[in-house]
Amino acid sequence: MDLTSINPVLLIASLMVAATPILLAAIGELVVEKAGVLNLGVEGMMITGAVVGFAAGVNTGSPALGFVAAALGGAALSLLFGLLTQYLLSNQVATGLALTLFGLGLSALIGKPYEGIKSPTLQKLDLGPLGDLPVVGPILFGHDPVVYLSLLMVLGVWWGLGHSRAGLILRAVGENHDAAHALGYKVVRVRMAAIAFGGASAGLGGAYISLVRVPQWVEGLTAGAGWIALAIVVFASWRPWRALLGAYLFGGVTVLQLNLQAAGLAIPVEYLSMSPYVVTILVLVLISARGQHGAPGALGRVFHGTG
Amino acid sequence: MSETRAPEPALLGLEGLTKAYPGVVANDDVSFAIRPGEIHALLGENGAGKSTLVKMIYGLVKPDRGRMTMRGAPFAPASPAAARAEGVAMVFQHFSLFEALNVAENIALGMDRPPAPRELASRIRAVSAAYGLPLDPARRVGDLSAGERQRVEIVRCLLQDPKLLIMDEPTSVLTPQEVEILFRTLRKLAGEGTAILYISHKLEEIRALCEHATILRLGRVVDTCDPRQKSARELAEMMVGEELHVPSRAPATPGAVALELCGLSMPPASEFGTPLRDISLSLGKGEVLGIGGVAGNGQDELLAALSGESLAPAGTIRLAGRDISRLAPNQRRALGLLAAPEERLGHAAAPDMSLTENALLTGAVRERLTRRGFIDWARTRDFASRIIEAFDVRTPGPENAARSLSGGNLQKFVIGREVLQAPEVLVVNQPTWGVDASAAAAIRQALLDLAGRGAAVVVISQDLDELMEISDRFTALNEGRLAEPRPARGLSVEEIGLMMGGAHDLEVSA
Repeated sequence: MDLTSINPVLLIASLMVAATPILLAAIGELVVEKAGVLNLGVEGMMITGAVVGFAAGVNTGSPALGFVAAALGGAALSLLFGLLTQYLLSNQVATGLALTLFGLGLSALIGKPYEGIKSPTLQKLDLGPLGDLPVVGPILFGHDPVVYLSLLMVLGVWWGLGHSRAGLILRAVGENHDAAHALGYKVVRVRMAAIAFGGASAGLGGAYISLVRVPQWVEGLTAGAGWIALAIVVFASWRPWRALLGAYLFGGVTVLQLNLQAAGLAIPVEYLSMSPYVVTILVLVLISARGQHGAPGALGRVFHGTG
Repeated sequence: MSETRAPEPALLGLEGLTKAYPGVVANDDVSFAIRPGEIHALLGENGAGKSTLVKMIYGLVKPDRGRMTMRGAPFAPASPAAARAEGVAMVFQHFSLFEALNVAENIALGMDRPPAPRELASRIRAVSAAYGLPLDPARRVGDLSAGERQRVEIVRCLLQDPKLLIMDEPTSVLTPQEVEILFRTLRKLAGEGTAILYISHKLEEIRALCEHATILRLGRVVDTCDPRQKSARELAEMMVGEELHVPSRAPATPGAVALELCGLSMPPASEFGTPLRDISLSLGKGEVLGIGGVAGNGQDELLAALSGESLAPAGTIRLAGRDISRLAPNQRRALGLLAAPEERLGHAAAPDMSLTENALLTGAVRERLTRRGFIDWARTRDFASRIIEAFDVRTPGPENAARSLSGGNLQKFVIGREVLQAPEVLVVNQPTWGVDASAAAAIRQALLDLAGRGAAVVVISQDLDELMEISDRFTALNEGRLAEPRPARGLSVEEIGLMMGGAHDLEVSA
């Protein structure tokens, strides 16, 4: 075993890439849950985004258009969830689970002709001499635009939820929808917007896997990333910066175990492969032991508007 | 004050307002007017249509027919924002604060164009100081007392400089001192020309505060009066439309000790709960003990400790001399201690189960409704029917789900279920909450009759008038501590307020 073969700078740079799909999906779901809606269909929206983005990227030759298509695809699927849960008042848990199954099946259908093709991939953002700086260069300035977009989204969601009027209204709707309704806010409309944002974010996250990380299409590509994103929202106690921390922690363990495998650590590969999930479960248990701090008051509850 | 204003034109006029929901006409041809600076009471039993009416004024519900005018001009708000723009503000009974948000954020949500956070904070401080309602804009609303929460709502309204302030049951959660402060604020506002529409079923308060009252019954205006010229009983009879039966019984001398608590202390069951602190009490047979206090001061915890839902430390609860602290609810029922909790749906009764099944849930032991683990449905149905008959529960039959009953009817069923099991000790929490006047009188009478037959009754309630009416002795819970019980007769409002813990850090500055 040769641990010196693991370069910490490259490890950090690659964990950011590994964490980006989960971060995108998690920050979207965080906004959805802050509005009081529990959408368990993140996995389904991610994989739909992955296949739609891949198909658009291959057909147009532009990965950027692929990401746009992925966001639209994820949002479209999430609006189906919104229609069922917000207007037809279906159960959010059951509908979310169904959405995941539906997304997995739909993506397999759409993706059949695209198996075995390589997609055009994103170029790294050229930041000139900044990228050549030692240590900070590869970590901070050596990424593709979507990594920066995901960080900007964390910043935007943090500022938007905590400091803007729209964010205040969204939190109010998620905290107590009856009170928000009594004050004259459009509960269902706010929630539909949040759901669409969550779907678009999940779609982007999925496309990042199929267009950048892998980059090709295989059935079941997302492999549970959507569920990890859901876990990270809880881990983060519904706070954007903690979601970043959680996603990077998961990405870090994922990348580290790959490096350890390559370095020939004398532990069966299966244990290393499961380690990110085990760490996620352990962290969740530790967090939950303190109680559900910060869960929006109306999370998952059905709103019966009157009048 | 109002007499001199009489020739002034109406601020808000209602003409023939009608609103029907499927199966029920909530408001039928309602007309009245409110003048500037007038404190106008809207009186009526549950279901008389008060809430629907104010929702129409506040733009939450659209009337089917009729029209409203504001200072003579047509007024038809399509949304609460439109109503607020016309100077209408409303303090809700519940449902309108966000516990996880701070005071300033809560207030900003009730405004259409809130100023920048820093300016808003200074305006909150200014308004709350001017009206004697101290508030810290940065505190989380979830950490505030009921009185403080109401201050948030009132300040939110005052910041919009309202012409008409609607208050829906504002005093149901306040101590007498807090009520006095609220009334001072309202009188000051009325003096400045703000009209106030005041909804309450606390008749003594209305007599003390309001100059004019409109009485609704089954959606129609049945009468108007000057409440200062009427007695509370006359007002109640106008609301109910029949003569009111006042609960009564022959005074009794308490018998042997039925229930004894010594040094009962318990940690809270949940993070938002209240611990019980060193509660000691002795209750004789045939005695009714009233326990007052503002909600959240340990009422639910005390009931849970007595019913056996949470087990108390050994030796702290004795029933007729026997230590029952560690016994489960059914063992306590077998010994004669029964309880009826506050929450009707989900705690006292299972919402989707039939009345028969709900009768079984607490009655199985004492009424012998099960045999060798099997349910005796005939006996159970018979027990449920007896409750329905004896307590005048309005329902098509015992097979109906608990959820299908109105709140008052279900409350009669829940209390009746325990009373008919002939308990030695009965503990009830909020026995007449949300129940209309005649049903409430029937429930109180049933509790008094039970005491008359030699049972000890503990009534936990936030309705002080109720406690004064039926209790032999009165005490109050404050932050989990129980005050020394005192004879209820002759207790003054000030003494009661002090037992309840005063006015929660309040000093009147106005």
